[in-house]
Amino acid sequence: MSDQNSNNKGGVMGIFLEESQILNAANKTREKGFVDFDAITPYPVHGMEEAVGIKRSWLPWVTFFAGAAGCSAGLWFTWWTSAVSWPINVGGKPMWSLPAFVPIIFELTILFAALATVKTMILANGLPKIDPPVVDLDLTSHKFGLFVSEKDKNYSSSELVSWMKEMGAVEVHEVSEY
Amino acid sequence: MSDLLEKPLIEGDKTSQDVTEDISALVESAPHPKWFALLGSAKGLFLFYMIVVGIIIATGMGTMGVNHPVGWGTDIVTFVFWVGIGHAGTLISAVLYLFRQKWRTSIARSAEAMTVIAVATAGIFPIIHTGRPWLAFWLFPYPNQRGPLWVNFRSPLLWDVFAISTYATVSIVFWYIGLVPDFATLRDRAKKDGRNIRHKVYGALSLGWRGATRHWSHYEMTYLLLAGLSTPLVLSVHSIVSFDFAVAQLPGWHTTIFPPYFVAGAIFSGFAMVVTLMTLIRIAVPVFKDYVTINHMELMNKVIMTTGMLVGYAYASEFFIAWYSGSKYEGYAFVNRAFGPYWWAYWTMITCNVVIPQLFWVRRLRRSIPVMFVISIFVNIGMWFERYVITVTSLHRDFLPANWGIFDLTFYDFGALVGSFGMFFTLFLLYIKFVPAVSIAEVKPVLGVGKEGGH
Repeated sequence: MSDQNSNNKGGVMGIFLEESQILNAANKTREKGFVDFDAITPYPVHGMEEAVGIKRSWLPWVTFFAGAAGCSAGLWFTWWTSAVSWPINVGGKPMWSLPAFVPIIFELTILFAALATVKTMILANGLPKIDPPVVDLDLTSHKFGLFVSEKDKNYSSSELVSWMKEMGAVEVHEVSEY
Repeated sequence: MSDLLEKPLIEGDKTSQDVTEDISALVESAPHPKWFALLGSAKGLFLFYMIVVGIIIATGMGTMGVNHPVGWGTDIVTFVFWVGIGHAGTLISAVLYLFRQKWRTSIARSAEAMTVIAVATAGIFPIIHTGRPWLAFWLFPYPNQRGPLWVNFRSPLLWDVFAISTYATVSIVFWYIGLVPDFATLRDRAKKDGRNIRHKVYGALSLGWRGATRHWSHYEMTYLLLAGLSTPLVLSVHSIVSFDFAVAQLPGWHTTIFPPYFVAGAIFSGFAMVVTLMTLIRIAVPVFKDYVTINHMELMNKVIMTTGMLVGYAYASEFFIAWYSGSKYEGYAFVNRAFGPYWWAYWTMITCNVVIPQLFWVRRLRRSIPVMFVISIFVNIGMWFERYVITVTSLHRDFLPANWGIFDLTFYDFGALVGSFGMFFTLFLLYIKFVPAVSIAEVKPVLGVGKEGGH
């Protein structure tokens, strides 16, 4: 599934009060054939990714390649500075003394991997976002929102409103952006 | 651990809304007068620290006790002490996360804050120790006009620069990423209350977080990856700190047991500091008692007891190897450590680190707040002395008796040591006020633990 956060788009959002209700509602929405929908929750709800139909995050690849880059950079830099740019004899040790460089290479691997992962997560989530759309201020506290985008081919605002209520939504809003 | 799972992790039968209210109230309401009193005294100590360090830097290293043959003194001892304290935070936030220990959620935030603050406190000391802190940037390999002359990558001291700076960076990032959803909660509450400045500040800090499932998916993966990266990192950091000693040829330092021994000691002292801080927070902020329960404290005390025995094993093993190796210098270093001029430091360390934590075998003592508070203070004293014993007793008598000497602490040594607590507590108190001290988004999913129908 592609990342659609960057497009501003409207739709319908139902507000639920219980974790079990929103999970159930998300599952039913997927089963009904909707694709373009999302849930807003104050904390990560167990099983919600499957319910909304999101594949496992691809971020580990970023971590792996950034870690590999950090490792290579450390290897190259310690070699180039110690054995090429200005080789200095320290205690008769070889210019290219790999075991002594391992701590530096290891730390750079971790540093590159961690910073790249966080940076990519922030960008992939479309953050930082100034003035994010707010449907209900309690969505970061104790309420749950189920949003269906108007772009979805099954979208019909009036049907969705009554259907969300059927599934236990206490309020249903038509929103221009979620 | 199985007996804990049957009990609720969070007491007081709270709903998600209660959690939001409880934790946000700490940030939103005006602090208690006790908080101001504590901040005032911590800040006073912090100012004293700044003056002491200022005099040390302006006058020179002669103000401190280091001299021939003990060239590593209070600065290095206290540096290792504070870095070690920090390690418990990473252990709680990363290692216990990987092991799926749900009880960590209540204390993870404060433990991580403790890590960041302890590493910041630690980082000052090696810079003072260089004697010319205005040249500290020479520690980093940057292109320069002296050749370029590069740093010596074969030196453990340089490994330390990379280890500590990486650790500080990753710890801050890990802590901040955990805070983003909670800042969003505070932002939305500020909007509801019509607090404009608060809304703007926390809004900026929250990066515009909304909590969509697509976001949580990447977010949780990031958290898992950071935990996975922090775990080997924290082990590497104190291993590398121990290399500062172990790579040298000095009897008493040159042992292969140092990396695991230092890591166990770091976790030991760090958990003791977490217990000290948590007992104090529970007194100052009563609502904390619902989140950091006696069960949490007991589990931490078990970790203290276990790591304390690991450290005790390391002490014994060092003595055994000193004898078994047949090296007379190594043997002398250890006899001198326990019965030489610094016998009092050695036995203080043994008493505080090995003997006193044994009280935790008794369940009643393990669950008593006053007892654990006192023991945690003893552990921290003992762990400072451990680094003192390792550093000073090994240096003061090495191979040649003509090189022997005695190290005395001066007023400035004491000032820097005591004052650093002022820095630590000032920053910690500010953290308690301005940042949600319990992870709101992490506690909510564990509310069901121990309840009918919970998982």
